[in-house]
Amino acid sequence: MNNALLTKFVNKNKRTDVPEFRPGDTVRVHVKIREGDKERLQAFEGTVIARNNTGMGESITVRKISFGHGVERIFPLHARVIDHIDVVRTGRVRRAKLYYLRALRGKAARLRERD
Amino acid sequence: MSQVFRPDGQVVPVTLLKAGPCMVVQRKTPATDGYDAVQLGLVEFVKPQRLNKPRTGHLKKANVDGAKFLRELPLRPGDDDLKPGDRVLVDQFRPRDKVDVVGVSKGRGFAGLVKRHHFRGGAATHGSMFHRAPGSIGASSFPSRVLPGMRMAGRMGHAQVTVRNLEVIDVDLEDNVLVVKGAVPGPNGGYVVVRRAKAPGR
Repeated sequence: MNNALLTKFVNKNKRTDVPEFRPGDTVRVHVKIREGDKERLQAFEGTVIARNNTGMGESITVRKISFGHGVERIFPLHARVIDHIDVVRTGRVRRAKLYYLRALRGKAARLRERD
Repeated sequence: MSQVFRPDGQVVPVTLLKAGPCMVVQRKTPATDGYDAVQLGLVEFVKPQRLNKPRTGHLKKANVDGAKFLRELPLRPGDDDLKPGDRVLVDQFRPRDKVDVVGVSKGRGFAGLVKRHHFRGGAATHGSMFHRAPGSIGASSFPSRVLPGMRMAGRMGHAQVTVRNLEVIDVDLEDNVLVVKGAVPGPNGGYVVVRRAKAPGR
C-alpha cells in the first residue's frame, strides 16, 4: 500500500464515516440485514481484538461473550452491509492483537479504560 | 489488487492499471509495411543512457520523451487514423466496457506435476511412500516409448497469457488509471497490453 495511485484509489472508495477506535475498545457495529424485501439493523457489541489489513480489505474482529460462550465476528470495515459503528468504551491495551483474551473470561478479561 | 463495493453490497476484486499516457511512436501503413498498425509507447521516465541509439532516434521521430515499453497494435478499418506523436489515453475506455489484458505470467521455474498440471499427488502421511511423483508414464514393451504430449515436470510460467473480457470498473482520466475487475497476468509493476475485448461475452 505504498503506491500513490493505489492510495488515491483507496481514498476515493473507502468509507469516510468510520469512527476512530483501537484494539481494546468496545464498539457496537450496526449491520444491515435483509429479510425478504425488508431491511433492518442488527447490532453486535463487543471488544475489538484485532484490526487486519489495510486499504479496501481492512477488517476488524469483534469479540463478545454471548450466553456464556465467546462469539467473534469479523467485519470488513468498508463493506456496505455495515450501517454505522459506535464506539461504546475505550480500553487500554499494550498490544495490537488481543488474542490472549480468548483464554480469559469474567473478571480476568476486563480492560482498563484509556485516559 | 484491491477491491471495491458495489452499491448493492457485492464486493468486486479489482486491479489498477496505469494505462498511459501512451503515444504513437510509429504508424505502419500498407504502402510502406504491408499492413495497417500503430506502434504505441508507454510514456514514462527513462534514463537516457538506458536507451540505445537506434531506440533514441526511433522515439525522436515521433517526439516521444521516453518509452521503455513499445507494442504494436493492428488498426482495423473504421478506427481513428493516428499519426506519430498522437496521444492515446484511457478516455478510450468507459466503465462497463470489456477489455482483454495481455501480459507475461510470473515464472515458476522448474515446477513439478502437482503445481504444473494439477496432478493430485499422494498422501503425505499414513505410511504413504508416494508424495508428488508422476506415477506411471506409460506401458512396457508395447509401445516401448513414451507417448508424445505426456505431461511432465518442467519450466512453468513466464509465458504470454491473455485474460479476456475483464470489465472496466472505473477510469481515472487525471492519472490515466484503469480499474479492471479481476486479476491480470504478471507481477506487480509488470507491463501488460490492454485492448478492447476481441470477443465480448453475450
